[in-house]
Parts: sequence; structure tokens; C-alpha cells
Amino acid sequence: MSIAGLFFFAAIVGLTLYVTYLASKRTNSASEFYTAGGGLTGWQNGIAIAGDYLSAASFLGIAGAIALNGFDGFFYSIGYLVAYLVVLYIVAEPLRNLGKYTLADMITARFNQQKIRGAAAVSTLTIVLFYMIAQLVGAGALIQLLLGIDYWIAVLLVGIMMTTYVLWGGMAATSWVQIIKAVLLMIGTIIISFLVLMKFDFNIFKMFSDMKSVTPAGEAFLNPGVKYTNGIDTMSMMIALVFGTAGLPHILMRFFTVKDAKTARSSVVYATWIVGIFYILTIFLGFGAAAFVGSEDIIAANAAGNMAAPLLAQALGGDLLMSFVSAVAFATILAVVAGLVLSGASAFAHDIYGQIIKKGKVTEKEQMKAARFASIAVSVFSIILALGAQSMNVAFLVSLAFCIAASANLPVIIYTIYWKRFNTTGALAAMVTGLVTALVLVALSPNIWSPEGTAILTGTALFPLTNPAIISVPAGFIAGYIGSVVSAKADERKYAEVAVKANTGLK
Amino acid sequence: MEQKVEHVVQPQRNHDYETIAASPEFKSLVRKKNNFLLPVTVFFLLFYFTLPLLTSFSTVLNKPAIGDISWVWIFALAQFIMTWTLCMMYVKKANQFDTEADQVLTKHNKSEGDRL
Repeated sequence: MSIAGLFFFAAIVGLTLYVTYLASKRTNSASEFYTAGGGLTGWQNGIAIAGDYLSAASFLGIAGAIALNGFDGFFYSIGYLVAYLVVLYIVAEPLRNLGKYTLADMITARFNQQKIRGAAAVSTLTIVLFYMIAQLVGAGALIQLLLGIDYWIAVLLVGIMMTTYVLWGGMAATSWVQIIKAVLLMIGTIIISFLVLMKFDFNIFKMFSDMKSVTPAGEAFLNPGVKYTNGIDTMSMMIALVFGTAGLPHILMRFFTVKDAKTARSSVVYATWIVGIFYILTIFLGFGAAAFVGSEDIIAANAAGNMAAPLLAQALGGDLLMSFVSAVAFATILAVVAGLVLSGASAFAHDIYGQIIKKGKVTEKEQMKAARFASIAVSVFSIILALGAQSMNVAFLVSLAFCIAASANLPVIIYTIYWKRFNTTGALAAMVTGLVTALVLVALSPNIWSPEGTAILTGTALFPLTNPAIISVPAGFIAGYIGSVVSAKADERKYAEVAVKANTGLK
Repeated sequence: MEQKVEHVVQPQRNHDYETIAASPEFKSLVRKKNNFLLPVTVFFLLFYFTLPLLTSFSTVLNKPAIGDISWVWIFALAQFIMTWTLCMMYVKKANQFDTEADQVLTKHNKSEGDRL
């Protein structure tokens, strides 16, 4: 590895540890630990949301997907962005007004029952684990390639960094790591996009014309259908992408770091602009990689295309830009996994330990201790799983996390805020059905089963789609509806309270 | 500091949520919000799912639109423009709702003050 590369890596590690040190001085209460005391401003939280959201799957994954599959890769960019309208229009403000630290807090603001909290915590932990394994496996593979170190050392390195941020700096440090990363990622992406455009004489039309002949797909590269040939499966994936974001625990948690609904709103606006500009630029990353690296070299480095962006940086800006982009990719992974550890720890320590086992009777000191212990537990557990999951397809794990979030969390969030007749039976039915349907259908899908032995198990898949969202998301909604209608009447007094709080911010 | 101030202005108490929920001001606020949120949400979801529907079950978007750029890219770009537009439109509307929500709370605080 070059001197410049070493410098960039050291600078990122140094800078993030420095903000962790600063944050550690004030992280001495549960509220500071989980939500940075609710003291972030709109733009800070907006950039942090973008930093939390633009994972390695977005940066490396989409760049590679567009480079290899043309328009089909761009589907992800569209789905991930439009998802922010669901967050803004339906979820963000009521969530801020009703919740405290976790998704379970928000649902139990209406149904104060242990089993509801338990179910919400279980679905949070499930999503966090799948998402985290995906990030860690991706991180391990990437750093292994970039630094030339063993996979297990790479995973361990990322694991130690993320645990350090969360353990000592809590949400304040995590937020600033995410802000730093988002800024670096945008700088890196803008530089590469500019260089790509320059190669095409700053002529978008020339770029599109040239792209028709430089890839093995030929003219088809610019049209949908290179990768996604099953229409129902494509629709299913698009459902998971657009509805999943509004149910992702580590994104939802970010709304508790601001003081009120108005600030939550403004942070979504900042995030939507940043994320949108980034996803537009993924076209240049992908096209550039296809044109100036070539699909053969991209696949040779990594079959899923994850190395397309760093290789493009090398082709356009030499080792210096390659080192910078690799360091940015490293920061990207750190920022996302730190956010995941925090949301996993909150479900574990706040929901399961604090509220269910201790029934809310915990001192501030005990809460902090539990939170830190849970952070270590979540970290260690996911590192161990990641070490064993080296050969898993990362994109599949991420889309599974989105699918569970859309199926198990979103229906119950929407009903809790907007439906008067909703009750505890409905809430439980929606969460359990969404979670179980998604998991079972994936277990029966071609991701797991392949007759040729190219998947995890050899055999015929009983469920034909790779993404079950088209079944599991409606299943979550229908179960919530049926569960509510067939059981005892809802507590309308409690709904009056939820409606007033959600709409006015009254405490 | 900030938290202290907030605490003085808004002490923790059991509000009469049902009375607020039944008040004409609150009902009007919720109606106006739903009249805005529901149609727009339906619109952007339809607009969004039209893209994969068209690409999966037809080839109409494969025709060139401008130069070698086909309609599918134009439609994809339209998704971005729609997202940003609706995002800013929401903020504008939400600011109006904020004012009305404040009025609901002011009226409620006043009537609670009268009762005490």
C-alpha cells in the first residue's frame, strides 16, 4: 500500500477517534448515549442520515451494478431515493413526536405491553444483524483487497473501530463519524464524476452514445432487462426498496437525535437532497467504470462488481485518487456499522433489559452499563457471524434487511399512527406475520436453493422469487388488519392521545 | 440550559387528550393534513411503480427520447425531480400545519389555565 493510502487511512482513523474522544466527555447519560441528548441540528442530522444510509452497498454495490448491468443497476438508486418520500410524508414527524430512543418506544406509546415491545425489539435485532453481517462481510472483502490483509483481520479491524466509537462516544460520536463520512463520500463521488464527464468532453449525449458500444451487453446496456428478467421479482424488489427505508431501525433512530418534529423534517430534507445528488452521480460512477475499467477487470477483482468504484478511481486519478476513494469506502463502512451497533444495543439494553426485564425500574447508571454491555454483545456476535459468512452474497443480505423492515415494521408504524381501530392483537399479528413470512420465503427462495449447487443449498427452490416483499409486505398489512378486526375493540382514548401527540408534538 | 427552559414552559402533566382530539380546531388540522398527505402519497407511489411496471412488462421506454438517451432514463430522472419537488412542497405545507398545531395548543393551554 502506498504512502498516500496509509496517510488517508490514518487520517480517517485519527479524525474519527478524535471526535469519539470529544464525544466521550459528555456521553454520561442514557439520553446522551442513545440520542446525543436530542441536540443535533437539522443539517447535522440530515448529513448524518445520509452518512448512515449511503452504505458500502450503495457506494460500491450500485457503482458495480450499473457498471455491469447498465440501467438495471440504477433501479436501486431510484428505489432508495423515492423511499425518502415515504419517510418524510408518513413516518418522520409522528415518530419523533411519539418515540424516545427506539421504534418499540413509539409503538408502545400506544400499546403499553411487554409482548409488543418484545416483538418490536426482536424485529429490530433481526434487521440489524442481517444488515450488519452484510456490511461486515463487504468490509472484510474490500479491506482485504485494498490493504492486502487477511479477511478475518479486516473484519476484526472494522469491528474494533465500530465498538470503540459506540462504547465511548455513543450517538454523538457515531453521528459525527457519519457526518465526516458523508462529506468525504460526496467529495470523492463528485471528483470521480467530474473526471468521467471530462473524458466524455462534458457531453452527456456523447456519454450515452459511447456506452452503447463499450460493454459486452452492447445497446442493451442502456435499457432495462440486462439482469432483471422476471417482472414480478423486479416489482417485489422495488417494493422492498421503497418501503424498507421507513422501517430500518438505524435510520428511524436518527430522528430521536433532534429536538422536535420540525427539526426532524428539515433533516429529512437535507438528507433527500444529499442522497438524491449522490444517486444521480452513481450513473457516472457506473458508466465510467464500464467504459474506463471494463467489465472483465471489474469482475476479475470481485464477481459482484464491488471494486468498480475504486478501480475507476485508479484508472482516472492514479494511486492517489484510488487511495482516497478506498479510504472513503472504509469510512463509509465504519459509519454504517457504528449506527447499526447503536440501534441493536438500544433494542437490547433499553427495550429488552430496561423495559421488559427490569420493568423500567433502572437507574441512570444501570442504563448506561446495560447500553455499553449490549453494544459489546451486539458487536462481538455480529463479528463472529461475519467471520463465518465470508462467502455470503452481500447484496442479498441487504435486500433481505430492507424486506423485513418493510414487512414487519412499516405496517405497524403506519397503523399505530393513523388507524383508530388498531389494537394490540393487530400490532402483534402484523409484526410476527411480516417477520416470519419474509424469513420463511427467503429460506425457500433461489437465494438459498439452487439445483446446480451455486447457492447455499442444493435443491429446487419452493418459492420462485429472490425478493419476497411482494408477498410479505401485504401479509404484514393484512395480518395487522385482520388481527385488529377480529379481536377486542381498540382503546380509543389512547388513540386520541397518540393522534394529538403525533400531530401537535404535545408532551 | 435549553432543557430547563422547556421544562418551565411545558411541565409534565396529564393533558386532556380526548378534549383536544374532539376540538374542531384539531379535527380541522387532521383533516387538512390527510387531505394533503393521502393524495400526494398515492400519487408518488403510482408514479414510482409505473417505472418498473413499464420496464418489466413492456418495451415502450426503450425508444430513444433525446439522442441516444432512451425514455427509461428520462422517466428515471423524473423520479428524482418528483422526489425533490414533493419534498419541498411538503415543507411548505408542513409550515402551515405547524401554525395550526400551535393554535390548537395555545387554545388548549388557555382553557387548562382557566380551569386551574
